[in-house]
Amino acid sequence: MAVAVLSIVPSFHLSAQDTSAIDRGVRIGIVYRPGVRPGLVMLPRKGMGLDSVRAMVARDLDYSDRFEVITLPGGDSIRLATSPTSPRATGTRRSGSTTAATGGAQAGSTLNYPLYQALGADFALDITAAGDTTIATLHDIAAAGIRRTVRANLPRPGDPDFRMAVHRLADQALQAAIGTPGIAATRVLFVREGKVYQIDEDGADQKLVSSTDRQAMSPAWGADGRHFAYMEFQAGKGWLYLQEMATGRRTAVSTTGTALDFTPAFSPDGQTLAFSRATEEGTDLYTINIKANCCLRRLTVGRFSDNLSPTFSPDGQRIAFVSTRPGLPQIYVMAADGTDQQLFAPFDYGVTGASNAPEWSPDGQSVAFHRDVAGTLQVFVLDVRTRTVRQLTSVGRNEDPTWAPDSRHLAFVSDRSGYRQLWIIDLDTGRIRPLLQQSGARLPAWSPRLSEAPSTTP
Amino acid sequence: MKSVSLLLALGLGAAVIAAASCGGKPAPQTTTPAVDTAAENQRMRDSIAAAQAERDRQAREEADRIASQRRADSAAAAARAGDEVRTTLAAMIHFDLDKSNIRGDDMGALDQKVAIMQANPDLRIRIGGHCDERGSDEYNLALGNRRAQSAKQYLVSHGIDAGRIETQSWGEEKPLVDGHDESAWSQNRRDEFEVTSGGDNLRRP
Repeated sequence: MAVAVLSIVPSFHLSAQDTSAIDRGVRIGIVYRPGVRPGLVMLPRKGMGLDSVRAMVARDLDYSDRFEVITLPGGDSIRLATSPTSPRATGTRRSGSTTAATGGAQAGSTLNYPLYQALGADFALDITAAGDTTIATLHDIAAAGIRRTVRANLPRPGDPDFRMAVHRLADQALQAAIGTPGIAATRVLFVREGKVYQIDEDGADQKLVSSTDRQAMSPAWGADGRHFAYMEFQAGKGWLYLQEMATGRRTAVSTTGTALDFTPAFSPDGQTLAFSRATEEGTDLYTINIKANCCLRRLTVGRFSDNLSPTFSPDGQRIAFVSTRPGLPQIYVMAADGTDQQLFAPFDYGVTGASNAPEWSPDGQSVAFHRDVAGTLQVFVLDVRTRTVRQLTSVGRNEDPTWAPDSRHLAFVSDRSGYRQLWIIDLDTGRIRPLLQQSGARLPAWSPRLSEAPSTTP
Repeated sequence: MKSVSLLLALGLGAAVIAAASCGGKPAPQTTTPAVDTAAENQRMRDSIAAAQAERDRQAREEADRIASQRRADSAAAAARAGDEVRTTLAAMIHFDLDKSNIRGDDMGALDQKVAIMQANPDLRIRIGGHCDERGSDEYNLALGNRRAQSAKQYLVSHGIDAGRIETQSWGEEKPLVDGHDESAWSQNRRDEFEVTSGGDNLRRP
C-alpha cells in the first residue's frame, strides 16, 4: 500500500511520444527500450533549506531521461518502513529500516535498501547540508551502499550562478550513477522577434543577449561555451559578430559587412568560423581564421547552385552543409578544406522534399536536419556510418534541430501545440517536453556543457 | 453822389481791411504765380511717374506671379511625373514558390524600370529579395538573394550598369502581409525596389 501512493513519473510521459501518422511507409525513428532505465528515488527530506535544490536536481535527473525517477511524497505522509509489501523488501535489513525510510539516510548510515529495491529503485539520491556545503549522496541500492558523495558550495538562491551550480551538482550525481556526463548545466540560444535570447535547459532564466536593436539570426555556440556567433542585418548586408557570453562584448568578424554573410559555425577547436556568403554568384561557403583574423577561404563555387548552413564534425575534419546542386536543397558533406564534396543524406530525386538546417551531433555519429514531407517540415536524423535517414517527428511542423551535448536530446521548433515554440525530444525514449511556452521562438542552438567561469569578474 | 463816394470809400476800406486781414499770405499769392505753376507741373510729372511706376510694379508682380505660377505648375507637373516614376520604379515583382526566375507577367514592370533608369542616369537603386514563411529560415536568405539577383540580372542585361544596382536579401524576415495562406504567401514572395540616390528629380522616360 505504500507503493500505491508513489508516482512513477516517466510512465506519464510515454504518452507524449511522437507516434502518429506512420501512414506513408516511413519508419518513425523512436526506438523505445522499456525497462532499461535504472530507477532513481530522490529521498524526501524536511527542511534544511534545500527544497529548491532537491526539486531542481530531481527535475534535472528526470529531464535527463536516463532514469525512471520515482517520486516520494515529502514529509510524514508515508511510513515506508512500517510494512513493506513486496516480498523482495522483506529481506535482511528490516532492522535498520525505520530511521532510513522515515528520515532518509543520515550521513554514513544505511538505507532500507531492500525496500527501495522493491520500489524499483536502483539508486537513491540524498541531498543534505553541512554548514555551507551541500552534500549529494548517491546510494547504490543493489550493492546496498554509498556509490559516491559529491560536495558543493552552492551560491545562495537568487545569486545569478545559483541555478547553474545546482545543475552541475545534478550532472555530477548523474555521472556518479551511470558514468556519463549530464546535460543539466547547459543553455539554449534562440531567436525571437529578431533578438537572440538564452534560456537554461530546464526552461528557467530566459535572458536577452542581443545587444542592438538590429534584426539578428542564426546564433551558434563556440565549443568552449564562452562565445557565440550570430548574424545581424545591417545596411543591406548580413554581418557576422562574435560575442562573449560573460561580458556581452562583441566584435565584428573581419571581412564581414561586404555581403550577406549568414549561418556561422565554429570549428571544434575554436580557430575557424565557417559561414555562408550570398553574392551576385549565389551563396557559397567560406571559412575564416577568427583567432588570427585572416585567411578568408572559399570552400564552394556554386555558380548556379547555393551552398549554405555549414556544420563541423566534432573532429573538425569534415563539414556537412546544404547544397541546391541537385535542384532542391539537400544535405552534402566535404572535407573541411572544401575538397571531396559529396551527397551525405540520401534522397529520391523528384520525390524527396527539400532538406535543410543540418547539425552534426557532438558524438559524431549523426546529423540532424529537417526535410519537407508533404508540404510541411519534419526532423530527420542521418546515421553517419550507414548513411541512412530516419524521420523523428510527425506531429505538426518541426524544424531546426540542435543537439544537446549528450547526442541523444534535440531541441527543435514545432507548432504541434498550435504556435511555433521550442521543444526537446529524447531520441531514446521519444519523450517530448516544451522548453518554453512563448510563441515565435526559433533557430535554437544548444550549448556545450557549461563549465564554471574561469574568473568571477570579466 | 455823396453816397456813391461813401460806398467807394467803404469798398476801398473793406478792400484794405480785407487785405490787411489776410496777413502775409495774399502777398505770396500775388507775387509767386510762376513758381506755383512749376511746382504744380512737377507734382503732375511726379504723379504720372508714380502712376507709371505703380503700373510697372503691378506688371512686374503679375509677370512674377505668372512666372512663379508657371514654375509651380511645372514643379507640380515634375513632381507628378516624379511620383509617377517613383511609383513605377517601386512596383514589386513576385515569384513562384521556391523559385527565383522572373515571371512573364513581371517582365513589363522590369522593362519600365529599365526605361526609368535610362532616363535618369544618376538614379541608383537597391533590390531586396523576400520569401514566404514556408521554407527554411536560413535557406530563405539564399533564395531571397537569388530573387534579388534575378531582377538585377534582368536590368543589367537590358543595358543598365550593374554598379547602379545593389541587392539585398531579407529571407522571410520582413513579410509584407501577415497571414498563413496562399494569398499572403504569394504577396510575400517578392522583390522590392528602393531608390538609394539620384531620386530627387526623376524624369519620365
